[in-house]
Amino acid sequence: MIELSGIGRDFEVGDQPVHALAGIDLEIRDGDYVSLMGPSGSGKSTLLNIIGCLDRPSAGSYRLDGREVARLPEEDLSRIRRHQIGFVFQFYHLVPRLTASGNVELPMIFAGVDRRERAERVAQALEAVALSPRARHRSEQLSGGERQRVAIARAIVMGPKILLADEPTGNLDTAAGAEIVRLLEERNANGLTLIVVTHDPDIGQRARHRLRLVDGKIVSEERDAAGQPPAGGAAQAARAGAL
Amino acid sequence: MRFRDLLAFSAGALRGHRLRTGLSLAGVAIGVASVILLTSLGEGARLYVTGEFASLGSNLLILFPGKTETTGMSPFVTGAPHDLTLDDAEAIARRVRQARRVAPVVFGLATARFGDRGRDIGVWGATAEMLGVRKIRLATGQYLPAGDVERGQRVCVIGAKVKEELFAGANPLGELLRLGNERFRVIGAMAPRGTSIGVDFDEMVHIPVSRGMKMFNKTTLFRVLIEVSSHEEIPAARAAVIELVKERHGGVEDVTVWTQDAVVSTFSRILALLTATLAGIAAISLTVAGVGIMNVMLVSVSERTREIGLLKAIGATGGQVVAAFLVEAAILSTAGGAAGLAVAFGLTRLLRALYPSFPVQPPDWAVGAAVLVSVGVGLLFGAMPAKRAARLDPIAALARR
Repeated sequence: MIELSGIGRDFEVGDQPVHALAGIDLEIRDGDYVSLMGPSGSGKSTLLNIIGCLDRPSAGSYRLDGREVARLPEEDLSRIRRHQIGFVFQFYHLVPRLTASGNVELPMIFAGVDRRERAERVAQALEAVALSPRARHRSEQLSGGERQRVAIARAIVMGPKILLADEPTGNLDTAAGAEIVRLLEERNANGLTLIVVTHDPDIGQRARHRLRLVDGKIVSEERDAAGQPPAGGAAQAARAGAL
Repeated sequence: MRFRDLLAFSAGALRGHRLRTGLSLAGVAIGVASVILLTSLGEGARLYVTGEFASLGSNLLILFPGKTETTGMSPFVTGAPHDLTLDDAEAIARRVRQARRVAPVVFGLATARFGDRGRDIGVWGATAEMLGVRKIRLATGQYLPAGDVERGQRVCVIGAKVKEELFAGANPLGELLRLGNERFRVIGAMAPRGTSIGVDFDEMVHIPVSRGMKMFNKTTLFRVLIEVSSHEEIPAARAAVIELVKERHGGVEDVTVWTQDAVVSTFSRILALLTATLAGIAAISLTVAGVGIMNVMLVSVSERTREIGLLKAIGATGGQVVAAFLVEAAILSTAGGAAGLAVAFGLTRLLRALYPSFPVQPPDWAVGAAVLVSVGVGLLFGAMPAKRAARLDPIAALARR
């Protein structure tokens, strides 16, 4: 459960204070599927970073599963990111010198998981994104879609509760993008909270809980009936890709 | 995070940039190797020189006229010091119980001529005792005759080079060699020996000491070398010699006695200082290698900005990021240090094989210090880039393409 109230985030750009976010109140239930839309500079990514504990709000309260995390020290935020949150980025951010499985293994190395268990979980995660045959390939040997699938495997390998995706299809062609959306929705169907920042209205419309930001404020919030997972996620995604 | 995984992760990052890694390894290796090589050479020189002195026999006293501290400076010493005479030397031989051999020496320069060849050489006036005291070996003939110090026959014993240059391979025994205005019959030739403590035995001629004193118009001896029966008796012998000469010189202590130990320890001190200086110079190259490591690490941090941002996003703490980069720097410096050690040991071994008489030996302290310093340098110069990595703002880092 994510509860934000009165969240603000100010930056100093030169001498000018910029209010990237102001007065955000938001509740996201476990297992929800949220899309964050809005023009460039509206604060979508900033909000995503605060939810992901990569950034701290300048004002307001952020309760994650009932625990106030807005003022926690950096160490504790690292631990929350490690165990509860998975990130997927527009530019994949794979470590180029590592193979697909090496990249998926990375979060577990920093979490101190032992080697045998790591190998097992890497295999499972790659299986989940249908990339097992590419496990030994390095990122430059993979297509964009494959790279993003490795990134999804890396995001889910620690078994987080929340999956955050910042323009996950922004750099992909429609077919590859549709496959990524399908995989993300599949994780959501398995119970993960999924929050997607996107420019693409077709993808944004797929979410059950749709938010629109302008100038750091939520200007619209729509919610479908709760507990209604998208029927036949894969088929729908394929259709979205064809549009 | 387990240490083995940390090590593997950092090693992997280094393997990703082979050229850069190789160059900074080479920097550290050169630094460590130069520390060890230079100190080995310094230490080798020290061992060589002290060994040379020891080969003289460690039971030697060297007596020479004049009191070094006071000559011409003290208002209480009136007139010149007394001459150190052959009689003094004889008295020492007779009355100082610990003295096994006493070899008086006078020294001068003269032109030696044989036929139409001439050569400027050092002439030592000596006695038969010199043979044992300076452990002289003869190539042919005999050394100066024993007994009858006063008479001073015109005979001489020539060095190996003098023999080679003036007699050109012919047998010199029985020939007449001109030294200055006098002729000396050659009765022996020394085996080649080379330079021993600044004295080139190959380029000198030995003649009887009393003949030498007349020839160079000297009233005082240059040195008296006294061989003591055992090392333990050196202090007693030294005191006895000074006491005896003082008594003979009317109660004035106007001679100086050097012991072998004092000479050796002086040289040893000077050369140890030399070694330390060399080590200091070499340490500079090690520091330069450290700056090289820092440079490599800084480049690595700025090149891997996105990776660092990602590591933070997936839950690496600032401490873990510092550790990862420090371990990288430590791997560079330890591996470089190990390579430097291998190179240095290889080269010293080669030097020993090429010059067996020169004991090139890496001193233990230098090996230990070089390894410690190289690792320390790696950590010290790796710390700043690692901290910079840990402070990187993950959002800004990830926003980069």
